[in-house]
Amino acid sequence: MKPTAFDYARPETLEEAVQALGSHPDAKVLAGGQSLVPLMSMRLAAPALIVDINHLPGLDHVTADASGVRIGALARHADVLASADVRRVQPLVSLALANVAHPTIRNRGTTVGSIVHADAAAEMPMVLQLLGGSVDVVGSGGRRTITADELYVAPLESSLAHDEVAVEAFFPALPAGSGVAFEEISRRHGDYAMCGVAAVVAVEDGRVTSARAGYLSVSDVPTVVDLTDALGGSVDEAALARAAEAALAQLEPETDIHATAAYRAHLAKVLTARVLTAAHDHAREE
Amino acid sequence: MAENTAAGTAERTHDVRLEVNGVTHEVTVPARRLLSDALRHECGLTGTHVGCEHGVCGACTVLVDGRPVRSCLMFAVTAQGSEITTVEGLAEPDGSLNPVQQAFRECHGLQCGFCTPGFLTTVTAGIKENPCPTHEEAREMVAGNLCRCTGYQNIVKAVERAAEIARGDTPSAPAPDGDDGGLEAATGETEVARDDDASTTGLGA
Ligand SMILES: Cc1cc2nc3c(=O)[nH]c(=O)nc-3n(C[C@H](O)[C@H](O)[C@H](O)COP(=O)(O)OP(=O)(O)OC[C@H]3O[C@@H](n4cnc5c(N)ncnc54)[C@H](O)[C@@H]3O)c2cc1C
Ligand code: FES
Ligand code: FES
Repeated sequence: MKPTAFDYARPETLEEAVQALGSHPDAKVLAGGQSLVPLMSMRLAAPALIVDINHLPGLDHVTADASGVRIGALARHADVLASADVRRVQPLVSLALANVAHPTIRNRGTTVGSIVHADAAAEMPMVLQLLGGSVDVVGSGGRRTITADELYVAPLESSLAHDEVAVEAFFPALPAGSGVAFEEISRRHGDYAMCGVAAVVAVEDGRVTSARAGYLSVSDVPTVVDLTDALGGSVDEAALARAAEAALAQLEPETDIHATAAYRAHLAKVLTARVLTAAHDHAREE
Repeated sequence: MAENTAAGTAERTHDVRLEVNGVTHEVTVPARRLLSDALRHECGLTGTHVGCEHGVCGACTVLVDGRPVRSCLMFAVTAQGSEITTVEGLAEPDGSLNPVQQAFRECHGLQCGFCTPGFLTTVTAGIKENPCPTHEEAREMVAGNLCRCTGYQNIVKAVERAAEIARGDTPSAPAPDGDDGGLEAATGETEVARDDDASTTGLGA
Protein backbone atom coordinates (compact mmCIF):
# COMPACT_ATOMS: atom_id res chain seq x y z
CA MET A 1 0.00 0.00 0.00
CA LYS A 2 0.97 3.64 -0.30
CA PRO A 3 1.01 6.30 2.41
CA THR A 4 -1.86 8.78 2.60
CA ALA A 5 -1.23 12.34 1.41
CA PHE A 6 0.63 14.66 3.76
CA ASP A 7 2.25 18.08 3.77
CA TYR A 8 6.00 18.12 3.77
CA ALA A 9 8.44 20.47 5.47
CA ARG A 10 12.18 20.32 4.97
CA PRO A 11 13.57 22.64 7.64
CA GLU A 12 17.18 23.77 7.50
CA THR A 13 17.52 24.78 11.13
CA LEU A 14 16.39 23.23 14.38
CA GLU A 15 14.28 26.33 15.13
CA GLU A 16 12.42 25.89 11.85
CA ALA A 17 11.85 22.22 12.64
CA VAL A 18 10.41 23.01 16.08
CA GLN A 19 8.23 25.71 14.56
CA ALA A 20 6.93 23.38 11.86
CA LEU A 21 6.10 20.71 14.46
CA GLY A 22 4.23 23.30 16.50
CA SER A 23 2.27 24.43 13.46
CA HIS A 24 0.16 21.29 13.24
CA PRO A 25 -1.23 18.97 15.94
CA ASP A 26 -0.70 15.98 13.67
CA ALA A 27 2.90 16.67 12.60
CA LYS A 28 5.60 14.01 12.83
CA VAL A 29 9.39 14.02 12.63
CA LEU A 30 10.87 11.96 9.80
CA ALA A 31 14.39 10.73 10.57
CA GLY A 32 15.60 7.51 8.93
CA GLY A 33 12.05 6.50 8.12
CA GLN A 34 12.79 2.82 8.82
CA SER A 35 9.91 2.60 11.27
CA LEU A 36 7.74 5.52 10.22
CA VAL A 37 7.57 4.86 6.47
CA PRO A 38 6.45 1.22 6.76
CA LEU A 39 3.83 2.31 9.31
CA MET A 40 2.63 4.93 6.83
CA SER A 41 2.66 2.52 3.90
CA MET A 42 0.58 0.07 5.92
CA ARG A 43 -1.61 3.04 6.89
CA LEU A 44 -1.12 2.39 10.57
CA ALA A 45 0.10 5.99 10.71
CA ALA A 46 -1.21 8.92 8.66
CA PRO A 47 0.44 12.13 9.83
CA ALA A 48 -0.85 15.35 8.25
CA LEU A 49 2.58 16.99 8.17
CA ILE A 50 5.99 15.37 7.87
CA VAL A 51 8.91 17.38 9.22
CA ASP A 52 11.97 15.91 7.50
CA ILE A 53 14.98 16.52 9.76
CA ASN A 54 17.46 14.75 7.48
CA HIS A 55 18.90 18.00 6.20
CA LEU A 56 19.52 19.72 9.54
CA PRO A 57 23.20 20.53 10.04
CA GLY A 58 25.37 19.31 12.91
CA LEU A 59 23.32 16.37 14.13
CA ASP A 60 25.25 13.43 12.71
CA HIS A 61 27.99 13.24 15.34
CA VAL A 62 29.13 10.09 17.18
CA THR A 63 31.58 10.98 19.96
CA ALA A 64 32.96 9.16 22.98
CA ASP A 65 34.97 10.36 25.97
CA ALA A 66 35.61 9.21 29.54
CA SER A 67 32.05 10.06 30.58
CA GLY A 68 30.29 8.17 27.80
CA VAL A 69 29.00 8.08 24.26
CA ARG A 70 27.04 10.86 22.56
CA ILE A 71 25.03 10.12 19.42
CA GLY A 72 23.47 12.85 17.29
CA ALA A 73 19.94 12.50 15.91
CA LEU A 74 21.17 11.98 12.35
CA ALA A 75 23.86 9.42 13.13
CA ARG A 76 22.75 6.24 11.41
CA HIS A 77 22.92 2.90 13.26
CA ALA A 78 25.72 1.95 10.84
CA ASP A 79 27.83 5.00 11.79
CA VAL A 80 27.52 4.21 15.49
CA LEU A 81 28.29 0.54 14.96
CA ALA A 82 31.41 1.44 12.95
CA SER A 83 32.86 3.59 15.73
CA ALA A 84 35.80 1.98 17.55
CA ASP A 85 35.55 4.67 20.25
CA VAL A 86 31.97 3.72 21.03
CA ARG A 87 32.96 0.06 21.26
CA ARG A 88 35.75 0.90 23.68
CA VAL A 89 33.87 3.32 25.94
CA GLN A 90 30.52 1.48 26.10
CA PRO A 91 30.72 -1.91 24.37
CA LEU A 92 27.07 -2.72 25.08
CA VAL A 93 25.98 -0.08 22.56
CA SER A 94 27.90 -1.85 19.80
CA LEU A 95 26.90 -5.36 20.92
CA ALA A 96 23.23 -4.41 20.81
CA LEU A 97 23.42 -2.46 17.56
CA ALA A 98 24.80 -5.46 15.72
CA ASN A 99 21.40 -7.04 16.41
CA VAL A 100 19.33 -4.15 15.07
CA ALA A 101 17.85 -5.24 11.74
CA HIS A 102 20.11 -5.75 8.69
CA PRO A 103 23.03 -3.62 7.53
CA THR A 104 20.88 -2.00 4.80
CA ILE A 105 18.29 -0.87 7.36
CA ARG A 106 21.11 0.30 9.65
CA ASN A 107 22.47 2.49 6.85
CA ARG A 108 19.39 4.67 7.05
CA GLY A 109 17.77 4.13 10.47
CA THR A 110 18.99 6.41 13.25
CA THR A 111 19.86 5.28 16.77
CA VAL A 112 18.12 8.30 18.30
CA GLY A 113 15.02 7.61 16.17
CA SER A 114 14.94 4.08 17.49
CA ILE A 115 15.28 5.32 21.07
CA VAL A 116 12.37 7.77 20.85
CA HIS A 117 10.22 5.37 18.81
CA ALA A 118 10.10 3.41 22.10
CA ASP A 119 9.38 -0.02 20.69
CA ALA A 120 9.65 -2.68 23.41
CA ALA A 121 10.94 -5.07 20.73
CA ALA A 122 13.81 -2.75 19.83
CA GLU A 123 17.30 -3.09 21.23
CA MET A 124 18.36 0.50 21.89
CA PRO A 125 15.52 1.68 24.17
CA MET A 126 16.26 -1.20 26.52
CA VAL A 127 20.01 -0.56 26.42
CA LEU A 128 19.49 3.14 27.15
CA GLN A 129 17.38 2.21 30.14
CA LEU A 130 19.73 -0.48 31.42
CA LEU A 131 22.71 1.84 31.24
CA GLY A 132 20.85 4.80 32.74
CA GLY A 133 21.31 6.98 29.66
CA SER A 134 19.36 10.01 28.55
CA VAL A 135 18.12 11.97 25.55
CA ASP A 136 18.45 15.70 24.91
CA VAL A 137 15.48 17.29 23.21
CA VAL A 138 14.79 20.77 21.83
CA GLY A 139 11.30 22.25 21.64
CA SER A 140 9.53 25.57 21.93
CA GLY A 141 10.37 25.50 25.64
CA GLY A 142 14.12 25.21 24.93
CA ARG A 143 16.48 22.31 25.48
CA ARG A 144 16.07 19.68 28.21
CA THR A 145 17.49 16.31 29.17
CA ILE A 146 15.12 13.37 29.65
CA THR A 147 16.51 10.39 31.55
CA ALA A 148 15.67 6.93 30.23
CA ASP A 149 13.49 6.30 33.29
CA GLU A 150 11.32 9.29 32.41
CA LEU A 151 11.39 8.66 28.68
CA TYR A 152 9.38 5.45 28.42
CA VAL A 153 5.84 6.02 29.61
CA ALA A 154 3.79 3.41 27.74
CA PRO A 155 4.08 0.94 24.86
CA LEU A 156 5.41 2.84 21.80
CA GLU A 157 5.09 6.09 23.72
CA SER A 158 7.84 8.40 24.88
CA SER A 159 7.52 11.51 27.01
CA LEU A 160 8.67 13.89 24.25
CA ALA A 161 6.33 16.82 23.78
CA HIS A 162 4.64 17.12 20.41
CA ASP A 163 6.93 19.90 19.20
CA GLU A 164 10.17 18.47 20.56
CA VAL A 165 12.99 17.11 18.41
CA ALA A 166 15.39 14.66 20.04
CA VAL A 167 18.87 15.92 19.20
CA GLU A 168 21.25 13.62 21.06
CA ALA A 169 21.35 10.41 23.06
CA PHE A 170 23.85 9.81 25.84
CA PHE A 171 25.05 6.40 27.05
CA PRO A 172 27.32 6.44 30.17
CA ALA A 173 30.74 4.80 29.86
CA LEU A 174 31.33 1.32 31.23
CA PRO A 175 32.99 1.75 34.66
CA ALA A 176 36.23 -0.10 35.44
CA GLY A 177 35.56 -3.54 36.91
CA SER A 178 32.23 -3.89 35.12
CA GLY A 179 31.32 -6.12 32.22
CA VAL A 180 28.45 -6.30 29.75
CA ALA A 181 26.83 -8.90 27.53
CA PHE A 182 23.92 -9.09 25.10
CA GLU A 183 22.02 -12.01 23.58
CA GLU A 184 18.81 -12.34 21.69
CA ILE A 185 16.83 -15.01 19.90
CA SER A 186 14.89 -14.19 16.76
CA ARG A 187 13.11 -16.34 14.20
CA ARG A 188 15.27 -15.20 11.33
CA HIS A 189 18.62 -13.43 11.18
CA GLY A 190 18.05 -9.67 11.50
CA ASP A 191 14.43 -9.93 12.59
CA TYR A 192 13.06 -8.32 15.69
CA ALA A 193 13.84 -10.63 18.60
CA MET A 194 11.34 -12.86 20.39
CA CYS A 195 13.39 -12.19 23.50
CA GLY A 196 16.60 -10.28 24.11
CA VAL A 197 18.55 -9.80 27.33
CA ALA A 198 21.49 -7.58 28.22
CA ALA A 199 23.42 -7.51 31.50
CA VAL A 200 25.81 -5.22 33.33
CA VAL A 201 27.78 -6.92 36.09
CA ALA A 202 30.27 -5.27 38.47
CA VAL A 203 32.91 -7.42 40.14
CA GLU A 204 35.17 -6.50 43.05
CA ASP A 205 37.74 -8.89 44.56
CA GLY A 206 36.06 -11.77 42.77
CA ARG A 207 32.60 -11.00 44.15
CA VAL A 208 29.65 -9.68 42.18
CA THR A 209 28.80 -6.31 43.72
CA SER A 210 26.05 -5.36 41.30
CA ALA A 211 24.11 -7.09 38.53
CA ARG A 212 21.33 -5.67 36.41
CA ALA A 213 19.61 -7.14 33.37
CA GLY A 214 17.44 -5.53 30.70
CA TYR A 215 14.73 -7.31 28.69
CA LEU A 216 13.39 -6.52 25.25
CA SER A 217 10.42 -8.04 23.50
CA VAL A 218 9.28 -9.83 26.65
CA SER A 219 6.85 -7.30 28.13
CA ASP A 220 5.22 -4.43 26.27
CA VAL A 221 7.76 -1.91 27.56
CA PRO A 222 11.53 -2.39 27.92
CA THR A 223 12.18 -3.66 31.45
CA VAL A 224 15.24 -3.51 33.71
CA VAL A 225 15.62 -5.80 36.73
CA ASP A 226 18.18 -5.62 39.56
CA LEU A 227 19.56 -9.10 40.20
CA THR A 228 22.32 -8.24 42.69
CA ASP A 229 20.58 -9.78 45.70
CA ALA A 230 19.42 -12.85 43.82
CA LEU A 231 22.99 -13.65 42.78
CA GLY A 232 24.32 -13.19 46.31
CA GLY A 233 27.81 -12.33 45.08
CA SER A 234 28.48 -15.23 42.75
CA VAL A 235 27.50 -16.59 39.36
CA ASP A 236 27.50 -20.31 40.16
CA GLU A 237 24.69 -22.50 38.89
CA ALA A 238 22.47 -22.04 41.92
CA ALA A 239 22.93 -18.27 41.87
CA LEU A 240 22.09 -18.11 38.17
CA ALA A 241 18.95 -20.16 38.71
CA ARG A 242 17.88 -17.83 41.52
CA ALA A 243 18.55 -14.80 39.32
CA ALA A 244 16.53 -16.20 36.43
CA GLU A 245 13.57 -16.83 38.74
CA ALA A 246 13.90 -13.38 40.29
CA ALA A 247 13.93 -11.80 36.85
CA LEU A 248 10.89 -13.73 35.71
CA ALA A 249 8.96 -12.65 38.77
CA GLN A 250 9.25 -9.06 37.55
CA LEU A 251 8.44 -9.70 33.90
CA GLU A 252 5.09 -10.13 32.23
CA PRO A 253 5.81 -12.17 29.11
CA GLU A 254 3.26 -11.65 26.36
CA THR A 255 1.93 -13.90 23.63
CA ASP A 256 1.92 -12.72 20.02
CA ILE A 257 2.17 -14.32 16.59
CA HIS A 258 5.94 -14.77 17.00
CA ALA A 259 6.02 -16.60 20.33
CA THR A 260 3.86 -17.70 23.24
CA ALA A 261 4.24 -16.19 26.70
CA ALA A 262 5.56 -19.52 28.00
CA TYR A 263 8.24 -19.70 25.33
CA ARG A 264 9.25 -16.10 26.01
CA ALA A 265 9.52 -16.90 29.72
CA HIS A 266 11.74 -19.87 28.89
CA LEU A 267 13.96 -17.74 26.66
CA ALA A 268 14.19 -15.02 29.31
CA LYS A 269 15.38 -17.57 31.89
CA VAL A 270 17.97 -19.19 29.65
CA LEU A 271 19.29 -15.91 28.30
CA THR A 272 19.47 -14.36 31.77
CA ALA A 273 21.86 -17.06 32.90
CA ARG A 274 23.92 -16.75 29.72
CA VAL A 275 24.36 -12.97 29.77
CA LEU A 276 25.08 -12.85 33.50
CA THR A 277 27.85 -15.39 33.00
CA ALA A 278 29.23 -13.59 29.97
CA ALA A 279 29.08 -10.14 31.60
CA HIS A 280 30.81 -11.57 34.68
CA ASP A 281 33.59 -12.97 32.49
CA HIS A 282 33.85 -9.67 30.66
CA ALA A 283 34.13 -7.77 33.97
CA ARG A 284 37.05 -9.95 35.01
CA GLU A 285 38.87 -9.29 31.74
CA GLU A 286 38.37 -5.53 32.07
CA MET B 1 12.50 22.09 -4.64
CA ALA B 2 9.41 24.10 -5.53
CA GLU B 3 5.91 23.30 -4.33
CA ASN B 4 2.85 23.41 -6.49
CA THR B 5 -0.70 22.19 -6.44
CA ALA B 6 -1.53 19.93 -9.33
CA ALA B 7 -4.51 21.01 -11.36
CA GLY B 8 -7.66 19.15 -10.50
CA THR B 9 -6.37 17.61 -7.25
CA ALA B 10 -5.92 18.99 -3.81
CA GLU B 11 -2.62 17.22 -3.32
CA ARG B 12 0.39 19.44 -3.44
CA THR B 13 3.35 18.33 -5.53
CA HIS B 14 7.04 19.10 -5.29
CA ASP B 15 9.62 19.62 -8.01
CA VAL B 16 12.48 17.35 -7.04
CA ARG B 17 15.89 16.96 -8.66
CA LEU B 18 17.06 13.35 -8.49
CA GLU B 19 20.64 12.43 -9.45
CA VAL B 20 20.39 8.86 -10.66
CA ASN B 21 23.34 7.01 -12.20
CA GLY B 22 24.98 10.34 -12.95
CA VAL B 23 21.94 11.72 -14.79
CA THR B 24 19.72 14.50 -13.42
CA HIS B 25 15.98 13.81 -13.45
CA GLU B 26 13.64 16.71 -12.73
CA VAL B 27 10.45 15.14 -11.44
CA THR B 28 7.22 16.54 -10.03
CA VAL B 29 5.77 14.32 -7.32
CA PRO B 30 3.58 14.44 -4.23
CA ALA B 31 5.56 14.19 -0.97
CA ARG B 32 4.26 10.69 -0.39
CA ARG B 33 5.85 9.34 -3.60
CA LEU B 34 8.23 6.58 -2.49
CA LEU B 35 11.69 6.74 -4.02
CA SER B 36 11.11 3.26 -5.46
CA ASP B 37 8.01 4.47 -7.31
CA ALA B 38 9.67 7.71 -8.46
CA LEU B 39 12.56 5.70 -9.93
CA ARG B 40 10.22 3.34 -11.72
CA HIS B 41 7.45 5.66 -12.82
CA GLU B 42 8.97 9.13 -13.07
CA CYS B 43 12.51 8.17 -14.13
CA GLY B 44 11.49 5.09 -16.10
CA LEU B 45 14.14 2.98 -14.35
CA THR B 46 12.18 -0.21 -13.83
CA GLY B 47 15.22 -2.26 -12.84
CA THR B 48 14.48 -1.38 -9.22
CA HIS B 49 11.88 -3.93 -8.17
CA VAL B 50 9.21 -3.59 -5.51
CA GLY B 51 8.30 -6.68 -3.50
CA CYS B 52 7.02 -6.07 0.00
CA GLU B 53 7.07 -2.29 0.20
CA HIS B 54 7.87 -2.35 3.90
CA GLY B 55 11.59 -2.88 4.07
CA VAL B 56 11.75 -6.64 4.45
CA CYS B 57 12.52 -8.20 1.06
CA GLY B 58 15.33 -6.00 -0.27
CA ALA B 59 14.26 -6.09 -3.93
CA CYS B 60 14.10 -2.29 -4.03
CA THR B 61 17.62 -1.73 -2.65
CA VAL B 62 19.52 1.10 -4.34
CA LEU B 63 22.70 2.92 -3.39
CA VAL B 64 22.22 6.34 -1.83
CA ASP B 65 25.56 8.15 -1.65
CA GLY B 66 27.20 4.76 -2.09
CA ARG B 67 25.35 2.93 0.69
CA PRO B 68 22.64 0.31 0.13
CA VAL B 69 19.26 1.66 1.22
CA ARG B 70 15.65 0.47 0.82
CA SER B 71 14.11 2.79 -1.79
CA CYS B 72 10.62 1.78 -0.61
CA LEU B 73 11.40 3.32 2.80
CA MET B 74 12.47 6.69 1.48
CA PHE B 75 10.36 9.47 0.05
CA ALA B 76 11.61 10.86 -3.26
CA VAL B 77 11.53 14.38 -1.79
CA THR B 78 14.06 13.35 0.86
CA ALA B 79 16.45 12.07 -1.78
CA GLN B 80 17.07 15.46 -3.38
CA GLY B 81 20.77 16.22 -3.02
CA SER B 82 21.87 12.57 -2.84
CA GLU B 83 23.59 10.50 -5.52
CA ILE B 84 21.48 7.47 -6.30
CA THR B 85 22.72 4.36 -8.07
CA THR B 86 20.25 1.79 -9.35
CA VAL B 87 20.96 -1.56 -10.98
CA GLU B 88 20.97 0.25 -14.34
CA GLY B 89 24.00 2.21 -13.15
CA LEU B 90 26.16 -0.70 -12.02
CA ALA B 91 27.75 -1.69 -15.34
CA GLU B 92 31.27 -0.51 -16.15
CA PRO B 93 31.62 2.71 -18.16
CA ASP B 94 32.22 0.64 -21.31
CA GLY B 95 28.93 -1.18 -20.78
CA SER B 96 30.46 -4.48 -19.64
CA LEU B 97 29.15 -6.20 -16.52
CA ASN B 98 30.61 -5.14 -13.19
CA PRO B 99 32.32 -7.85 -11.09
CA VAL B 100 29.14 -8.59 -9.14
CA GLN B 101 27.02 -8.91 -12.25
CA GLN B 102 29.66 -11.14 -13.83
CA ALA B 103 29.78 -13.33 -10.75
CA PHE B 104 26.00 -13.72 -10.54
CA ARG B 105 26.05 -14.83 -14.16
CA GLU B 106 28.94 -17.22 -13.70
CA CYS B 107 27.62 -18.77 -10.50
CA HIS B 108 23.96 -18.89 -11.52
CA GLY B 109 23.05 -16.55 -8.70
CA LEU B 110 19.63 -15.88 -10.18
CA GLN B 111 16.65 -17.66 -11.59
CA CYS B 112 13.55 -15.50 -12.12
CA GLY B 113 15.61 -12.38 -11.43
CA PHE B 114 13.02 -10.54 -9.38
CA CYS B 115 15.28 -10.21 -6.35
CA THR B 116 18.47 -9.72 -8.37
CA PRO B 117 18.65 -5.90 -8.63
CA GLY B 118 18.57 -5.68 -4.82
CA PHE B 119 21.30 -8.29 -4.45
CA LEU B 120 23.51 -6.65 -7.08
CA THR B 121 23.36 -3.21 -5.48
CA THR B 122 23.85 -4.61 -1.97
CA VAL B 123 26.82 -6.76 -2.95
CA THR B 124 28.42 -4.06 -5.10
CA ALA B 125 28.61 -1.84 -2.01
CA GLY B 126 29.37 -4.79 0.26
CA ILE B 127 32.56 -5.93 -1.46
CA LYS B 128 33.76 -2.36 -1.71
CA GLU B 129 33.52 -2.12 2.07
CA ASN B 130 34.88 -5.62 2.63
CA PRO B 131 36.95 -6.75 -0.37
CA CYS B 132 37.82 -10.16 1.19
CA PRO B 133 34.64 -11.50 2.78
CA THR B 134 34.85 -14.85 4.55
CA HIS B 135 32.11 -17.36 3.78
CA GLU B 136 30.28 -16.21 6.91
CA GLU B 137 30.64 -12.55 5.94
CA ALA B 138 29.43 -13.30 2.43
CA ARG B 139 26.28 -14.86 3.91
CA GLU B 140 25.85 -11.94 6.28
CA MET B 141 26.19 -9.49 3.37
CA VAL B 142 23.06 -10.84 1.69
CA ALA B 143 21.13 -11.82 4.80
CA GLY B 144 18.79 -8.85 4.46
CA ASN B 145 17.62 -9.80 0.95
CA LEU B 146 15.03 -12.43 0.16
CA CYS B 147 15.12 -14.75 -2.85
CA ARG B 148 12.30 -17.21 -3.46
CA CYS B 149 14.03 -19.16 -6.23
CA THR B 150 17.68 -19.94 -5.79
CA GLY B 151 17.97 -21.31 -2.27
CA TYR B 152 20.78 -18.77 -1.73
CA GLN B 153 23.73 -21.15 -2.14
CA ASN B 154 24.69 -19.82 -5.54
CA ILE B 155 24.11 -16.26 -4.41
CA VAL B 156 26.60 -16.68 -1.59
CA LYS B 157 29.04 -18.20 -4.06
CA ALA B 158 28.50 -15.25 -6.35
CA VAL B 159 29.40 -12.89 -3.52
CA GLU B 160 32.69 -14.69 -2.95
CA ARG B 161 33.37 -14.86 -6.66
CA ALA B 162 32.52 -11.17 -7.15
CA ALA B 163 35.06 -10.24 -4.47
CA GLU B 164 37.66 -12.37 -6.28
CA ILE B 165 36.98 -10.73 -9.62
CA ALA B 166 37.02 -7.25 -8.08
CA ARG B 167 40.36 -7.98 -6.37
CA GLY B 168 41.77 -9.09 -9.69
CA ASP B 169 42.70 -12.62 -8.58
CA THR B 170 40.64 -14.40 -11.16
CA PRO B 171 41.55 -18.09 -10.92
CA SER B 172 40.72 -19.60 -14.32
CA ALA B 173 36.89 -19.53 -14.35
CA PRO B 174 36.02 -18.61 -17.88
CA ALA B 175 32.41 -17.48 -17.66
CA PRO B 176 30.28 -20.46 -18.64
CA ASP B 177 28.00 -19.11 -21.27
CA GLY B 178 25.91 -22.16 -21.87
CA ASP B 179 22.37 -22.69 -20.81
CA ASP B 180 23.11 -25.75 -18.74
CA GLY B 181 21.09 -25.06 -15.66
CA GLY B 182 24.07 -24.43 -13.46
CA LEU B 183 25.14 -27.95 -12.63
CA GLU B 184 27.42 -28.55 -15.58
CA ALA B 185 28.84 -25.08 -15.48
CA ALA B 186 29.62 -25.23 -11.82
CA THR B 187 31.62 -28.43 -12.05
CA GLY B 188 34.60 -26.76 -13.74
CA GLU B 189 37.99 -26.61 -12.12
CA THR B 190 37.24 -23.34 -10.46
CA GLU B 191 37.36 -22.26 -6.85
CA VAL B 192 33.69 -21.51 -7.23
CA ALA B 193 32.82 -25.06 -8.12
CA ARG B 194 34.70 -26.82 -5.39
CA ASP B 195 32.18 -26.87 -2.55
CA ASP B 196 29.31 -27.10 -4.91
CA ASP B 197 27.94 -30.60 -4.65
CA ALA B 198 25.63 -30.31 -1.69
CA SER B 199 24.26 -26.99 -2.75
CA THR B 200 23.43 -27.63 -6.36
CA THR B 201 21.46 -30.67 -5.38
CA GLY B 202 19.54 -28.44 -3.02
CA LEU B 203 20.64 -30.48 -0.02
CA GLY B 204 23.06 -27.92 1.35
CA ALA B 205 22.52 -26.02 4.60
C1 LIG C 1 12.94 -4.77 7.98
C2 LIG C 1 13.21 -3.99 9.22
C3 LIG C 1 13.73 -4.63 10.33
C4 LIG C 1 13.99 -3.92 11.49
N1 LIG C 1 14.50 -4.60 12.55
C5 LIG C 1 14.76 -3.92 13.69
C6 LIG C 1 15.31 -4.59 14.82
O1 LIG C 1 15.57 -5.82 14.81
N2 LIG C 1 15.52 -3.86 15.94
C7 LIG C 1 15.24 -2.51 16.00
O2 LIG C 1 15.47 -1.89 17.03
N3 LIG C 1 14.76 -1.85 14.96
C8 LIG C 1 14.51 -2.51 13.80
N4 LIG C 1 14.00 -1.82 12.74
C9 LIG C 1 13.69 -0.36 12.90
C10 LIG C 1 14.91 0.52 12.75
O3 LIG C 1 15.84 0.30 13.76
C11 LIG C 1 14.54 2.01 12.75
O4 LIG C 1 15.63 2.65 12.21
C12 LIG C 1 14.31 2.69 14.06
O5 LIG C 1 13.36 2.02 14.80
C13 LIG C 1 13.77 4.11 13.90
O6 LIG C 1 14.75 5.01 13.47
P1 LIG C 1 14.47 5.93 12.21
O7 LIG C 1 15.56 6.93 12.19
O8 LIG C 1 14.29 5.12 11.02
O9 LIG C 1 13.13 6.69 12.64
P2 LIG C 1 11.81 7.05 11.82
O10 LIG C 1 11.21 5.85 11.22
O11 LIG C 1 12.08 8.22 10.96
O12 LIG C 1 10.91 7.55 13.04
C14 LIG C 1 10.37 6.65 14.00
C15 LIG C 1 9.53 7.44 15.01
O13 LIG C 1 10.36 8.23 15.85
C16 LIG C 1 10.10 9.63 15.66
N5 LIG C 1 11.42 10.28 15.59
C17 LIG C 1 12.52 9.84 14.92
N6 LIG C 1 13.58 10.64 15.12
C18 LIG C 1 13.14 11.63 15.95
C19 LIG C 1 13.78 12.75 16.55
N7 LIG C 1 15.08 13.02 16.36
N8 LIG C 1 13.04 13.54 17.36
C20 LIG C 1 11.72 13.28 17.60
N9 LIG C 1 11.07 12.22 17.07
C21 LIG C 1 11.78 11.40 16.25
C22 LIG C 1 9.31 9.74 14.38
O14 LIG C 1 8.44 10.84 14.40
C23 LIG C 1 8.56 8.42 14.36
O15 LIG C 1 7.43 8.50 15.17
C24 LIG C 1 13.73 -2.51 11.55
C25 LIG C 1 13.21 -1.86 10.45
C26 LIG C 1 12.94 -2.58 9.29
C27 LIG C 1 12.37 -1.85 8.11
S1 FES D 1 10.13 -3.60 -1.66
FE1 FES D 1 11.50 -2.48 -0.46
S2 FES D 1 12.24 -3.98 0.87
FE2 FES D 1 10.69 -5.05 -0.17
S1 FES E 1 15.79 -15.36 -8.49
FE1 FES E 1 13.64 -15.44 -8.25
S2 FES E 1 13.39 -14.43 -6.35
FE2 FES E 1 15.51 -14.58 -6.49
